[in-house]
This record gives sequence, C-alpha cells and structure tokens, in this order.
Amino acid sequence: MVDCTDVGNVSELQFFGKMTASISHEIKNVMAIINESAGLLEDYSLMAEKGMPIDPERLKVVSNRVTMQIQRADRIAKNMNSLAHSVDEFHKSIDLRETLELAVGLSGRFADMRSVRLEFQPPSDVPTVITSPFHLLNLIWRVLDFAMDAPGVEKTLGLTYDADAESVKIRLSGLASLTNAPETVFPAAGEAALLRILGATIYQDIKGGEINLVLPKDVRQQITAES
Amino acid sequence: MRVLLVDDEQELVETLAERLGIRGIEARWATNGDAALELIDQEDFNLAVLDVKIPGINGINLRKMIKEKCPQMKFIFMTGHGSQDDFAAGSAETGVDYYLLKPVTIDELLHKMNELMKK
Repeated sequence: MVDCTDVGNVSELQFFGKMTASISHEIKNVMAIINESAGLLEDYSLMAEKGMPIDPERLKVVSNRVTMQIQRADRIAKNMNSLAHSVDEFHKSIDLRETLELAVGLSGRFADMRSVRLEFQPPSDVPTVITSPFHLLNLIWRVLDFAMDAPGVEKTLGLTYDADAESVKIRLSGLASLTNAPETVFPAAGEAALLRILGATIYQDIKGGEINLVLPKDVRQQITAES
Repeated sequence: MRVLLVDDEQELVETLAERLGIRGIEARWATNGDAALELIDQEDFNLAVLDVKIPGINGINLRKMIKEKCPQMKFIFMTGHGSQDDFAAGSAETGVDYYLLKPVTIDELLHKMNELMKK
C-alpha cells in the first residue's frame, strides 16, 4: 500500500496536482477566448442583418484568434498527454531536449504569473538519458519554481544542458537574486527524495547566479554500482 | 457606464471590450495590475471586471488598491476555478460584489453589471 505521508509520495501527488490544476486553468482560458470570439462573430452577423457594414479584416482577425487558440489547446493537450505518459515506465530512455521543452511548457503559466520569462536554449546535440521521466520532470519543476523567485532585474531565466560520456548537466542561469537558501527551503526534503531516485546532484553557484543539476546518463548503472 | 477589464489573457479582454462596445458600454482593458492602476489614474470607471489570478499584483490586492483610489467603484471577479460555495466564501472575505465562472456569457456579464450599477 502507498504511504501517503512519505515525502516522495506527497511530492509526486503535489506535482501532479499543481500541473493538472494549471493545465485546467489554461484550458478554461482557451475556452473563454473561443467563446467570446464566437460571440463576437454572432454580434457581427446580427449587425450585418441590420444593414451595418462589416469590415472583412475584422472577420479575419477573429478567425485567426480562434485558430491560434486551437493550436494553443493542442499544445496544452500534448503536454498533458506527455505528463500522463511519464509514469508509464519507471526507467525509460528519454530525449533530454523534449523533456526540458515539456518542463518549460508545463511551467509557462507559473512563470507568467511571476512575470518571469523562461528561455530554453538547447545545444545542437540531443542526449538520451535513461532515467525516471516523471521524477525528472518533478525535480526540474521544483528547481524552476524555486528559481522563478530569484531572477535578476531582466526577469529572464535561461535553461540549457550539456553532456559528457557519463552524465548530463542541466543549467539554469539568470538567477541574480539567488541566495544561500536554508535546507528547509531549497533543496528541501522533497528535492532530496527526488535527487536520490534520480541518482542526481544539485549545486548552486550563488555568485554566478546558476543552479546546476547533474544526472547520470543511465540511472540503472548507478543503482547497480551502489548495490 | 465605463468598465475596466483586467485579465492576463489579452485576446479575452480585447474581445470582451469590443462586444461591450457594440452594446454601448465603453470598456478599457489591461493585462496586469500595474497597467490597470495606470488606467485608473488616467480615466474614470464605474466598474472593474478582474481575473483573480493576474501577473504581479493579484486580483484581490488590485481590488483593494483600486478601492482606495476610487471608493465608489464596483467589482466583478472572473475566475476559471472554484465552485459557487467557494465564491460565496470569497465574496464575504474580499468584499467583491460578484464572482463569475469562465467562460462567461455576455448576457450574464451584462446582467450582473446592470444589477451592480443599480445598487
């Protein structure tokens, strides 16, 4: 039976809850815009029936708005689907770039609410990593959530990665307000549990305004070596 | 009636403002709290329709700040979340006159606006 008081389980449920709440909020917003756009088209048709001229450019604007929102909803649904499937297998070979793109996509609304811009700057190589995708997404979200409260005046955080034969390093930069947070704040018990699951380490470069997350390329080998 | 619409979804407030305009109601819009406060300093409004979650100053605090500048202004909150019970509790706590759930119909919004202005 799952222990609901276990730090790892609570962290996982909180992450899932936060993401699905944010996704449902975004879907509601998309629906609201489409709803108003449909209403506006109805207003135009009623005006036309009364003999008032309608500028075709206005119709194009509304039509484009609906198309954009459908595309936005498609992206939201894809992200939700990828998040849902991240629990299919405990250890899985993942494309790191896709996973980070997903993490940035899922964090977009949280960044917007804090007026912070997330800039993902992937290098040309695309390393594959064997890890637990759900726990990695959870950890990246937690790091981003902490980092979004410590940006510089430009309020832009950069996210990138590099890889060597054994590991990948995910680097978050632009954290000019980064300070030595107590361990009760960051990295706290929730992050520590995830770091253990992922065989990862985290270190903060306060002076450089960076947080670095180092992951093994194959977490299974690390577990074998440790046992 | 002059209305201020505040929501981080620009397409939503733009469209809503146009639809209100077609119905003879002058509406301006802002996508964050700071921009809303700037408009309040420049123009007079009777009523504000605020999203609860907006970047920077949240809707609840924005209402308090506007209320200090314009004590006569009425407020409607729009939100994507919650139940009617949540709203009842929220209204009591924040003093907001009405909560509306997104997506809102224009008739529902107009009805609430007119009701408020008669109070």
